[in-house]
Amino acid sequence: MSNEIEAIKDPGLPAHVHRRTDTDPKAAKKAERQVAILFLLSALGTITLIGSYIFIPQDVFIFFPVLGNTNAHQLFLGLGMAASLFFIGMGAIHWAKTLMPDEEVIIQRHEFRSPDEDRADFVKAAKDGAAAAGLGRRSLIKRSLGLSLGLVGLSPLILLRDLGPLPGDSLTKTSWKTGTRLVTDPGDRPIRPEDLEVGAVAQTLPEIAKGEHRKLSDIAKDAVLLIRLRPEEFNLDAERLSWTHEGIIAFSKICSHMGCAVALYEQQTKHLLCPCHQSTFDVTRAAKVIFGPSARPLPQLAIKVDSEGYLVAQSPFNEPVGPSFWERSS
Amino acid sequence: MTARERIAGSVANYVDERTGAAKWMKKNLTKVFPDHWSFLLGEIALYSFVILLLSGTFLTFWFDPSQREVIYDGSYEPLQGLEMSAAYASTLDISFEIRGGLLMRQIHHWAALIFMAAIVVHLMRVYFTGAFRKPREFNWIIGVGLLTLGIVEGFLGYSLPDDLLSGTGIRIAEAIIQALPLVGSYLAFFAFGGAFPGEAFIPRIYTVHVLLLPGAFLALITVHLMLVWYQKHTQYPGPGRTEKNVVGYPLLPVYMAKAGGFFFIVFGVTAFLGAVASINPIWLYGPYTPAQISAGSQPDWYMGWLDGLVRMAPPLESYIFGYTIPWNILIPGLIVPGILFTGMALYPFIESWITGDKREHHILDRPRNAPNRTALGVMSLTFMLVALINGGNDIIATTFDLTINQIMWFSRIGIFVLPPIAFVITKRLCLSLQRADRELVLHGRETGRLVMMPHGEFVEVHEPISPEKAWLLTQHEQNPPLALEESDLRGVRRPGVLKNKLRAHMSKAHAVSVPKATADDLKEIEHH
Ligand code: HEM
Ligand code: FES
Repeated sequence: MSNEIEAIKDPGLPAHVHRRTDTDPKAAKKAERQVAILFLLSALGTITLIGSYIFIPQDVFIFFPVLGNTNAHQLFLGLGMAASLFFIGMGAIHWAKTLMPDEEVIIQRHEFRSPDEDRADFVKAAKDGAAAAGLGRRSLIKRSLGLSLGLVGLSPLILLRDLGPLPGDSLTKTSWKTGTRLVTDPGDRPIRPEDLEVGAVAQTLPEIAKGEHRKLSDIAKDAVLLIRLRPEEFNLDAERLSWTHEGIIAFSKICSHMGCAVALYEQQTKHLLCPCHQSTFDVTRAAKVIFGPSARPLPQLAIKVDSEGYLVAQSPFNEPVGPSFWERSS
Repeated sequence: MTARERIAGSVANYVDERTGAAKWMKKNLTKVFPDHWSFLLGEIALYSFVILLLSGTFLTFWFDPSQREVIYDGSYEPLQGLEMSAAYASTLDISFEIRGGLLMRQIHHWAALIFMAAIVVHLMRVYFTGAFRKPREFNWIIGVGLLTLGIVEGFLGYSLPDDLLSGTGIRIAEAIIQALPLVGSYLAFFAFGGAFPGEAFIPRIYTVHVLLLPGAFLALITVHLMLVWYQKHTQYPGPGRTEKNVVGYPLLPVYMAKAGGFFFIVFGVTAFLGAVASINPIWLYGPYTPAQISAGSQPDWYMGWLDGLVRMAPPLESYIFGYTIPWNILIPGLIVPGILFTGMALYPFIESWITGDKREHHILDRPRNAPNRTALGVMSLTFMLVALINGGNDIIATTFDLTINQIMWFSRIGIFVLPPIAFVITKRLCLSLQRADRELVLHGRETGRLVMMPHGEFVEVHEPISPEKAWLLTQHEQNPPLALEESDLRGVRRPGVLKNKLRAHMSKAHAVSVPKATADDLKEIEHH
């Protein structure tokens, strides 16, 4: 901006306007009473809180229009607490607004930049300090110090090593083996093809020995969905078709995107939908991704029936289940 | 002297003789704070943090951060006899057995939402008014740090109860860790103490949630407030306010009473929400098991945008030499948020590089007077909003009778197209507001009254605006863009031409404005 143009002038801070409470003692007295009432409301709130804590049993429910069926104990406890806090605040602010001085004041700022001589002194002190330590000259010390500090910095990494085991083949292997029976989840009952009607879905897990406990980390890899279609509805290559049994097809239930449980099956479209990010898989085409962020189909488990007529795995999964990771080969 | 004054005097004397604090106190108790509603946003964040500390400590007395399996035998019948983690069971106990426990859980959760909302809106206030400019860049960076840590802290808290919903969130976090090239599966195994979900994760994040991050918050907030105190608050422009002064109310007693009172109001409102508004009713979700999921699972809103980005990501994955790079996770989960937050943290330096402005600023900008910055801010918000909308696409689909497909494609296209549109519109809007300001100063306010001129024409009477208002509308600086020579005096092209060109270009875009009204303009009008 050139200086010749004259800017509009700052008229300065407007004159202070007095409030009614500043000039009228009656108004001031009234404000004082209002503040006191607010503080008393807070006290009432605390009493409500104590009363509710002691006298309202925890299993009483009352119906309120907007809230629905509400636990009376927790509601009144909370309302009491809310009032006890809120009205202290209201009281204090009303007090400040009506009765405390409300004249605006002006103070000056100072520049943050230190005076030049202070800055020069500081630089000199820092330089002198560095020179006295002789870091610049003694490069051997400098380098070895750098090395040792660097190594000290690394040591937490070493010390944290025992946070967990190495992955090993844990990400690539599941509990499914050739001949493992599929059992219902929950219930742990083995399944015959006849148990599943066309259009039905079953959640299954690999059978475990009686008394053995399932670990969640196993379920997180082993969960399998069984779906029964009419065999002619499949649109599969010969190999994948041989992995099905009488229209029953089995997929890992763990989403190939980020590992949520793929839980929604739409009978009409024969789509599996993951509720997390809506990856959608077409059951008739070996769980091909037809929508959403997942980049891979759900792994298919090859199944057949064993000599007793129960559904079993033909073989383990032929690829890792669940979300991607670096060492996954495809 | 009354007895009370005598006591106060001797306490002050006692403290001062041992610390020499009187000088410091004198200086600081007479400190002045400018008043504006938007300065309360940071306070809300601070108070919510205190509420989180208090309610969180209450929860720690009963919460058992363990993934050991227990059989539930508490008073909530639908879950009796079920296997679940001790963490989930103890959260049920807090909700049903401990008097005031559910209230505290809900207060804690509401306070977390208010905390995050206050941080975000506070940050927007700071951004759009240019309060981040020199000398306040450090505080801007601390603020971005607090926002980032807040998101992490909130996510960890949400994960603690180990219900079906929170377990699903942890599963997704695990997948993001696992997706990292080279080290992903190792990091995941270290974090979870083995294969997901294991039994180590919740105890570990518990320590982070109640000790490590609250400690970091405390340290950052302390430095943040010390800087505000020392640098003194910025103020909005207005009559009598300059870059050299602070106009406001003294700390004692007005500001103290208002701020203290406001703490109780925030606490009271949070308690009210905790009393009447159910939040995260974990007993409805059931215990976590990896084979199940609750439909319509939603994270808290401050994570929603991230979820939305993940949902709209294209199904891309590379397989190179037998290794997998899942772009569909890395891009929305790490790369884009990384760029956004780094850009946000560096913005003060970027802007001052563009404008070449290295001076201190204590008077805030009216957003319209910095059209480029304002437009950039609205553009970023639009980006976030599209992401957030997509994060709730299933809910929006059922509410508005759309298909998820429609919303997904709206978001996938919108995330690229809408932010630039928002930029252009906002910039134009700012400039027309500037024009309106200019008109207002030069021609006054329209009164709606018509008068007939001698020759029969009707004109509207304009009333001049007050000198205070005229000052407000014209006090801002309008600086020309940087003059960057492409070549030096001898005509030799300077190094870094491209960088300079970019800078000159951005500087020009930044300086676009409608010339503000001046006293000369006014005089000229009077002459006519
Ligand atoms: C900025 C700070 C904080 C945020 C954003 C935050 C957020 C959360 C959230 C969203 C939850 C889930 C609550 C639910 O719905 O069940 C939670 C749980 C919890 N938080 Fe915090 N929190 C914060 C600080 C603290 C602090 C300082 C403590 C303790 C000193 C704490 C202790 C707990 C405990 C014990 C739980 C689990 C109990 C439960 O979920 O009922 N939090 N936190
Ligand atoms: S986890 Fe299934 S779509 Fe993301």
